[in-house]
Amino acid sequence: MINDKNSQKIVDIIQNWSRKHSIWVLAYGTGCGAIEIPPTMTSRYDAERLGVRGAATPRQADVLLITGYLTTKTLKRVIRVYEQMQDPKYVIGFGSCTINGGMYYDSYNTIKLLDRYLPVDVYINGCMPRPEAVLAGFGKLQKLIAEGKATGATKYKENIEWYKENQKKVITNWVMPDYNW
Amino acid sequence: MDSIWYKILGAIVTVVMAFIVGLTYMGLSRKITARVQNRKGPPFYQNFIDALKLASKTSAIHHGFLHHVGPAFMMITSIMSVMIVPILTGDQWFSNLNFKGDLIFLLYIMVFGPLGMALGAGQTGNPNSAIGVTRGLSQMVGFEIPWVMALVALMMQYHTTSIVDLINVQHQSGTWLMFSSPFAFIAAVLAMLGMFRYSPFDIVGAPTELASGPVSENGGKYLFTLMSSNSIFAFAKLTLYVDLFLGGASNIPVLLLKTFAIYLIPMLYGIVSPRYRTEQAIRYFWGWPLFFGILAILHATVF
Repeated sequence: MINDKNSQKIVDIIQNWSRKHSIWVLAYGTGCGAIEIPPTMTSRYDAERLGVRGAATPRQADVLLITGYLTTKTLKRVIRVYEQMQDPKYVIGFGSCTINGGMYYDSYNTIKLLDRYLPVDVYINGCMPRPEAVLAGFGKLQKLIAEGKATGATKYKENIEWYKENQKKVITNWVMPDYNW
Repeated sequence: MDSIWYKILGAIVTVVMAFIVGLTYMGLSRKITARVQNRKGPPFYQNFIDALKLASKTSAIHHGFLHHVGPAFMMITSIMSVMIVPILTGDQWFSNLNFKGDLIFLLYIMVFGPLGMALGAGQTGNPNSAIGVTRGLSQMVGFEIPWVMALVALMMQYHTTSIVDLINVQHQSGTWLMFSSPFAFIAAVLAMLGMFRYSPFDIVGAPTELASGPVSENGGKYLFTLMSSNSIFAFAKLTLYVDLFLGGASNIPVLLLKTFAIYLIPMLYGIVSPRYRTEQAIRYFWGWPLFFGILAILHATVF
């Protein structure tokens, strides 16, 4: 009865509904994008009315918000943070820098394509994306969660060798423990 | 009607009600905070959604035995407090253990959970947790003194340590203890500001400063346990205040009205206050609250 396919479907619908309406964000303020988070959270745009709330630590967070460019040095920390987060977890790439490098397209020590290192569920385009765009991004993520399509973490587990290979290619002094569940 | 199953059922009803009421109050506090800050704010049932989500998350964290047990200590404390505090006067369903419990036992039980949580937080090895625990214990030293003085004043004045007896005193004299021993009430309310850990006394959690302190390594189901135990504990404390100073309650709407009125005090004070530093918080409690505690004891010995 418990493992019945239909009852599992109902449980999934309820759980996805609660995940959709309660998004705790770990804003990893790497680049200049971090400055757009305070207006999104405070009185003017008030993301809390959608259930979007800041989380204090990776253990409590659902969404890793990567706000801007990532240097190879920061990428190491970001990977560590992402692997400490608990399932189900999602990643939002924020700003052009996470999509194609943006204005750092020819920089020697930033990564250009975040999706090669971490599984990104939603991208928010712009340089900088305005708070409206950020809220639209959260809306998109909510839609994906409700449909059960925000499966970045599963993708990461399935293709862990590929991701690790890419990560170790840019991080030369890899001294972190490996991802284990 | 006296069978053990009936009592167990009553206990379950009490805990479930405490959970629902506590979470609703916390949700209302989020809504009221948002309105004060000129925001729309989350719906009042947002905390239930958060709780459901946290319960459905995986918790692949292991830091050792006490880390797993720490949230359970908090839960045990909350449930024991809510069992001992008389919820409704003269009601079959909510008369759990309150005829046996007295104030002194409750004072012990209320610090048991934070101490267990401190052990659990210590084992995670997170420096934020360690600092949070130190701050929490310092703050407890601060607010426990006026709180105990207020209770001792009540015990001395009415020659009893039983909460039920104190309710009966209020029923017989017709006035609430809030008016007949006002200094004890003031000291207890000022101590409550620290007990609820809202601003300016949120030095333990301090999300932007300490990354939520002792709970920083607890996610998913651990956080769900802590959240539900917090809400049950909040309800137990509010009911204790209503029992001691506001004459108890004979039915649930009156209980909700009185507890929410008490709950508004730390909440509204918190919304308009920034955070204290640790030594400022302790100095606060050893100032006016202690003064009112001493006045309460003088009042109790003279009258």
